[in-house]
Amino acid sequence: MVRLPMVTELLMQLFKNPATNAFPARYLPPSVTKFLYNVAQGKAAINPPVTVPPRFRGKITYDRESCIGCQLCMRVCPAHAIEFLPSTKRVRIYVTQCIFCSQCNDICPKDCLHMSPEFLLATENRFADSQIVE
Amino acid sequence: MNGDTKKKSTPYTVPIGPVHPALKEPVMFTFQMEGEVVRSVDFAPGNTHRGIEWMGMRRNPVQIVHLTDRICGICGVVHSLSFARAVEQIAEIEVPPRADYIRTILHELERMQSHLLWAGVAAHELGFDSLLFLAWRVREQSMDLIENLTGNRVNYGIVQIGGVRRDISDEQRPIIEQGLSYYRGLLDQMKTVFLDDSTIRMRCRGHGLLSYRDAQILCAVGPTARASGVAMDVRHDYPYCAYGDLNVQPVIPPQEFGGPQGDVYDRIIVRLLEIAQSIDIIQQCMDNMPAGEILWEKKYPKLLSVLKKAQGEAIGRVEAPRGECMHYVRMDGNDAPATWKVKASSYSNLMSWIPMIKGEQLADIPIIVASIDPCMSCTDRVTVIREGSAANLTKEELTRLSREKTRRLSQC
Repeated sequence: MVRLPMVTELLMQLFKNPATNAFPARYLPPSVTKFLYNVAQGKAAINPPVTVPPRFRGKITYDRESCIGCQLCMRVCPAHAIEFLPSTKRVRIYVTQCIFCSQCNDICPKDCLHMSPEFLLATENRFADSQIVE
Repeated sequence: MNGDTKKKSTPYTVPIGPVHPALKEPVMFTFQMEGEVVRSVDFAPGNTHRGIEWMGMRRNPVQIVHLTDRICGICGVVHSLSFARAVEQIAEIEVPPRADYIRTILHELERMQSHLLWAGVAAHELGFDSLLFLAWRVREQSMDLIENLTGNRVNYGIVQIGGVRRDISDEQRPIIEQGLSYYRGLLDQMKTVFLDDSTIRMRCRGHGLLSYRDAQILCAVGPTARASGVAMDVRHDYPYCAYGDLNVQPVIPPQEFGGPQGDVYDRIIVRLLEIAQSIDIIQQCMDNMPAGEILWEKKYPKLLSVLKKAQGEAIGRVEAPRGECMHYVRMDGNDAPATWKVKASSYSNLMSWIPMIKGEQLADIPIIVASIDPCMSCTDRVTVIREGSAANLTKEELTRLSREKTRRLSQC
């Protein structure tokens, strides 16, 4: 006897909402780049992404004022994404190299490094202003 | 007939790979075919070597523990846990009990998501794509749980030398309970959908056979070995983390499904039953979780100085979703370890492809190859490049190289 238990499940699926969150647009625009350009111009709105979990590790933030230049963060950074600038005794973080482990946040004695919930970071230029935190 | 006539004779050679639509990761297969039937098979991994161990030998263990997350996209906890356990043994660091329980919970959540991912891939290889989407939709719940506990969906960054970096708060407990009850309710449905289906039974029962003896001879590990009836599980044989306190038995296909036969169908059974086992283990951990610290040393500079002084060697063993995973670490009083060697579970399982595929039809290859849940990125640790080209070394050459190295070392 042929048994196909999946058939009932498939029929039930017809009456359920899709599990996928349609991001960035609810329907595929003719041109995604044009759509994103329009979003930047304020002419179109994006369908919001799924909310981030608590204590999500996104793009790093750096409080330049409270930093004391101890360089401890550089010792634990697995990706060597942190550069020390001797002239100002401060650090520069390359976000394109960062692996978002947030270990520098844990070791910082002055608590001046934090992870923000920001995650839409893709650009074409790895040295763009948005990709360097200092 | 002499050789210059172009008449082809059996067996035909069919190469598949290194990059091929049927393969998820690069590996080179050479099949000797007689009609539709595979007479013999050979394979050559080594195309996804990334030099992670080389990177590790230039970093301190606190940095490496996050590199290990990236060895495999699916088993992040496995590799970092296994590395951390090796380093903890060398530096004689005692992990607080609460951290052990949190590690166990994450380890099991990861096993659940990995097995569900595999179930989807297996369905896809059979051409059953609606089941792929069902399995992956169900998997999302475990991914959401992991995301909630660690902060990210993949590359969790939760394990640290001497403990874990995030506690499970009282607000998170109901979320875990909710996730577990979701899976408890779904498990029977998953079993029906996978095991009662005539299509799956037709394609998987009696295909890709690995006998008990072959599994032992070829040192198969994990679900591949257990589906052939080998009762081995690092969590049971060599308990680590909180597994010593818990009741963990190796999952072997039970008699109600015809006992262990070592075919693809049995590997589906083992993985589905292990999801049930994982739910049970997480529940036990949640019920018995002790209070206390989650890190051996909160101050990282102190941890770094302890690790710098550490000397010795150790092996960290962990039961990954695919089988036993091993990290060998030797430290000699420097910042970076002197040696770091990763033995991923797929490395032990790849050889079992040869007896499995022999005598099967060409169309069965995708599901048989997928049935051991191969992870080439975990496995590929060595690529030999000599004079600009990748070369295979014979046993004699290797012996010669080994002798030369001994001589070189004894001279200096």
